[in-house]
Amino acid sequence: MVITDTFTQRSISFGRALRRAGVNTTMGQVMDFVRSAEMIEIGRRSEFREAARACLITNKDDLPTFDRVFESYWRAKPDFSDQFYEGGEPGDESYDVGEGEGEEAEGTADDSAEAEGGKRQRSEMMEPDDSAEASDDSDGESDDVLSFSAAEVLRDRDFADLTEEELAQARHLMEKLHWKIGQRRSRRRISSPKGRFIDPRRTMRRSLQTAGVPLRLSHRKTKTKPRQLVVICDVSGSMDRYSRILLQFIYAIENNMARVEAFVFGTRLTRITRLLRRRSIDEAMQRVAREVQDWSGGTRIGQSLQTFNMTWARRVLRNGAVVIIISDGWDRGDPELLRSEMSRLQRGSYRLIWLNPLLGSPRYEPLTRGMQAAIPFIDDFMTVHNMASLEALAKHLSTIDEVRPVRRQHPIIPRPTVPAA
Amino acid sequence: MELNSVEAVQQALATQRYVSEQSLATAIYLSLALPKPLLLEGEAGVGKTEVAKALATILDTKLIRLQCYEGLDVSHAVYEWNYPRQMLAIRVLEDEKVDREKAVEEIFSSEYLIERPLLEAVRHSTGKAPVLLIDEIDRADEEFEAFLLELLSDFQITIPEIGTIKAVHPPIVIITSNRTRELHDALKRRCLYHWIDYPSVDKEFRIVTGKVPGINERLAQQITTFIHELRREDLYKLPGVAETLDWAAALLALNQRELSTEIASATLGAILKHQEDLQAIRKGKLENLVAAASNGE
Repeated sequence: MVITDTFTQRSISFGRALRRAGVNTTMGQVMDFVRSAEMIEIGRRSEFREAARACLITNKDDLPTFDRVFESYWRAKPDFSDQFYEGGEPGDESYDVGEGEGEEAEGTADDSAEAEGGKRQRSEMMEPDDSAEASDDSDGESDDVLSFSAAEVLRDRDFADLTEEELAQARHLMEKLHWKIGQRRSRRRISSPKGRFIDPRRTMRRSLQTAGVPLRLSHRKTKTKPRQLVVICDVSGSMDRYSRILLQFIYAIENNMARVEAFVFGTRLTRITRLLRRRSIDEAMQRVAREVQDWSGGTRIGQSLQTFNMTWARRVLRNGAVVIIISDGWDRGDPELLRSEMSRLQRGSYRLIWLNPLLGSPRYEPLTRGMQAAIPFIDDFMTVHNMASLEALAKHLSTIDEVRPVRRQHPIIPRPTVPAA
Repeated sequence: MELNSVEAVQQALATQRYVSEQSLATAIYLSLALPKPLLLEGEAGVGKTEVAKALATILDTKLIRLQCYEGLDVSHAVYEWNYPRQMLAIRVLEDEKVDREKAVEEIFSSEYLIERPLLEAVRHSTGKAPVLLIDEIDRADEEFEAFLLELLSDFQITIPEIGTIKAVHPPIVIITSNRTRELHDALKRRCLYHWIDYPSVDKEFRIVTGKVPGINERLAQQITTFIHELRREDLYKLPGVAETLDWAAALLALNQRELSTEIASATLGAILKHQEDLQAIRKGKLENLVAAASNGE
């Protein structure tokens, strides 16, 4: 990148902020950092952060302080300016969702509390010398320093309209999304002071100290495990504009979360779980492209789901799995078959989610015969056409255990608009 | 009985009315000769568990069975301390002013140990090596599988308070799996592997006549042909041998001498346990199957 004065300015004041927080950072180090920014891919946040840390920190004990100041200084800046100086732009809430979810790998309550603290601290720290800069430099920032904000624009663009370059950026963003799927109870118990069950072994051990009287009880609680996620993705002709990026999305989940079973289908079902277990995404994509025979062909959702139900369901739908089907619902097969297979799949899964990229368009109505047949059996019908919808999905998956949709034994089946042939 | 050749194993199994392929007999023979645990995989109801039962009877030894389930842990698979007894004992020892070290040693001795199947198999010391059946291991979770590794390679169990217990007679281990999930390679590596398939018509006929006494040959033939044809249909769950035997027993209980469409329809629940499968077969296919069974004698 071209080093602009703005960036230099910002770096110097970042150094100042660090000094105020108690880190011994010299001007020389800051200039090293400015120079090093030329050598790295500044858009990549982790790299940017590593560079800053390498240049500015010399003492291990300063690392937590650095992390805190870095977090509040480089991330929340636009948020800061919006709130206090400019009064909001379209899409300004995206920072919290997008960056927050992606970067703070363990987005716990503590973290957000700390972020809050950081914000307060920052305003104390930076107001004296940064107020002017913050207002008139916001443009410059979004150009270079915070190329993160390009992400904002990208967030709401339909995948189908993205250029090659933007697709690559979207891929980066996907890798940063944090996937946390709901937890199921396992039948194992682990010791925990607040657990519901008495741990006889420990209680016994401890009672030895009190002459065999179990004065203090030890407890155990039920262990939880992440649910299995199963993704079944449509790669037929009608999904062409989306299927590649969606495969990358599956790859990203696969690599951020332990257990994903992945399948693709056009006219027949192929399991790609093993193909996706590659170091690099390109290699994984090449292998998938080579192995999957029916790429960009016709669609037979019913038959593909039947194959899944018969051959794979028993093996991959164990212990309350969450199933995601990605398809536009253009089905050339028998809607009756699709209906019965969907019904079966729903009964076999803890949650059945259907992602339809067309749902992102306001004019879209799920009128195709295939979609009509499937809808009664879908627990969550969501869109998947841009980054924002992926973020929504990530959020949805993490809260999946809170509410469970009501399922009926005999789902209400809407009258098909076109009489079945 | 001496099981010193593949034929001997096959014949011995036959005396237990277990009709085995030669490949299965070979696997069993090798697992006894090497000795190595035998991992049997196959669809539900093809007679995996029966192998262990028959083997224990043939060798005239004890069958120790561990049924696996998710969350199976050391206290249910290996050992557990008898806590109530320990607590009472420590009160008594305390009253008697026994030295604490001694007291601890006392209550953590094998007298207060409750044996679970795996420890029982390792501590079994009377007479011959027992047959240890670890049933449906795919139901247990990965943690348990990892625990089994130590046991299967050294046949020893470590109890922190007591020490390591090594088997006097290493048990004959049969592990079964329905293949609802893939087992870890580390476990597979320690075992001999055999996949039990659905039997041929001929073999199943011998199983039915062997296991269901009193059935006439004609009915047995019809049943096995029917089942054989049925397994070619697209079903969610194909009937296993266990279902065939149930069905044969059911037809016998209804005093049937041959298969008819009506009675087949009425008793179809003995072999098909999914509503979709029942519907698909009853809707049109049943007559053909019965006809095929009657002609194919």
